[in-house]
Amino acid sequence: MNIKKNIALSDTGFIFNPSTGESFSVNPIGVEIIKLIRDGKEKDQIKESILEKYQTDDATFERDYYDFVNIMNHYNLTEIDE
Amino acid sequence: MEKLRYERPIIKKLETGMPNKFGMRTEYTPMTHIDGVAVKELIKEYGSPLFVLSEKTMRNTLKSAKQAFTTRYPKVQFAWSYKTNYLDAVCNVFHQEGSWAEVVSGFEYQKALDNHVPGNKIIFNGPDKSDSDLKRAISNDSYIHIDHLEELYSVISIAKELNKKPRVSIRVNMDTGIYPMWDRFGFNYENGQAWDAINKIMLSEHLELVGLHSHIGTFMLSANAYAVAAFKLADLTVNIQRKYDYHLKYLDLGGGFASKNTLKGSFLPGADISPTFNDFAEAITGSLINSEIDPHHLPVLILETGRALIDEAGFLLGSVVANKRLSTGKRATIIDVGVNIMFTSFWYEHKLTPAQEFTHYTEDTIVYGPLCMNIDVIRENVNLPLLNKGDQVVIHYVGAYNMTQWMQFITLRPKVVMIDLKGKSHIIRDNETNSSITSLEKIPEHLMKFEL
Repeated sequence: MNIKKNIALSDTGFIFNPSTGESFSVNPIGVEIIKLIRDGKEKDQIKESILEKYQTDDATFERDYYDFVNIMNHYNLTEIDE
Repeated sequence: MEKLRYERPIIKKLETGMPNKFGMRTEYTPMTHIDGVAVKELIKEYGSPLFVLSEKTMRNTLKSAKQAFTTRYPKVQFAWSYKTNYLDAVCNVFHQEGSWAEVVSGFEYQKALDNHVPGNKIIFNGPDKSDSDLKRAISNDSYIHIDHLEELYSVISIAKELNKKPRVSIRVNMDTGIYPMWDRFGFNYENGQAWDAINKIMLSEHLELVGLHSHIGTFMLSANAYAVAAFKLADLTVNIQRKYDYHLKYLDLGGGFASKNTLKGSFLPGADISPTFNDFAEAITGSLINSEIDPHHLPVLILETGRALIDEAGFLLGSVVANKRLSTGKRATIIDVGVNIMFTSFWYEHKLTPAQEFTHYTEDTIVYGPLCMNIDVIRENVNLPLLNKGDQVVIHYVGAYNMTQWMQFITLRPKVVMIDLKGKSHIIRDNETNSSITSLEKIPEHLMKFEL
């Protein structure tokens, strides 16, 4: 899975999808995760990076990560890797 | 390096809805303390969920209501509406402030007596007073507000039996221009029923008509309806004086004043649109003072307001059980407060705030209670910060009716604590245990045993 290439993401958390005209806002940790996905990082690498930086645990992050990714799918912001 | 505080990642679609000049404020300003006591400490000490009542707010609210009326009318008496919240500690706060008791059942009447309210300071309302209730009330010289003719005849017959002359009023219902018109209680003004009852009492040598009572509705958002009610009661008072040369001792305008809660379907928050005590007082006393009632024989104005005096003093603390995502992508949060203990969630969109600091990121959330029942919805749509399991929330304006209409259903009812004027918390009702419920049950012998 990756973020669609045409999706614009600003550092302040503003997302714009030029193909639909829809815009979204993301909180800072969401921006971080999207950037890591864009950099080609796998889930476990992302988890490691977040756990190192934030006060959270494995289970909490995993649950929130899948929820976040599912919502991005729901909004059509992701694509399956070929 | 110290780790940063974690917040779950969220993505929110930006939607431009219809332009709205009001720009409704989101409700995530946290409430970390109640009267100086930390919400976290209260939950730690007494558990979650937990009802918390502020003695200070109760007393201050009654004082401001009294001020609104007594600065406009010379004789005012408040009577605490037991059904609104009949926890003894709550009743006694209002009794200490000078309120009489207003009860609507034999059970509530006994509670008032147990609280040492003198019998002649109890107002007995309601459509179902048994003969034994009436005998007790007559013996104690309480004010009996007659609801229907059957009750009128019962009171006459008991008065004869006891050889007493009970002090009675009649409840009068009327058209005050509001919908729905409450005509199920008392005698109607417009069609002459009220006059018929008044004549029967005035011509009976066994009863003393001391006043008239009306209670035009509940959660009234129009102060003017009370002006109409006061005008009609004043009209009856004047005509009783003309016809019988008799001065009534009081007019009881009942209750029904709205609190700051927001009714479901209301466009604006209740805090912005509910009339103030000054509005209600101006409407009622204006009608009485401007009526033809002899100024040398002004009746005492009795008020039985309940909700508006205690709603804001009540808080319900709860904790987040889980977060989930609905099929539509909408966020759902489950808290440990169910509709069984918060009956008023069927009528109001209760203000709900977190009890800890959060960032400014929020999500539109549906808040469910813990019951395994589809109807257990606390808020259908509320903008909340990113709550995690175990985080605490404060539900506001729950002082009225919840602690009397709550149900033991699926879960047990929690503790109620009151924070006194010095910031000390006291348990005023303990939580239920299994035995509180099962001690009332009995199992027939043949159902005592089974094998599985």
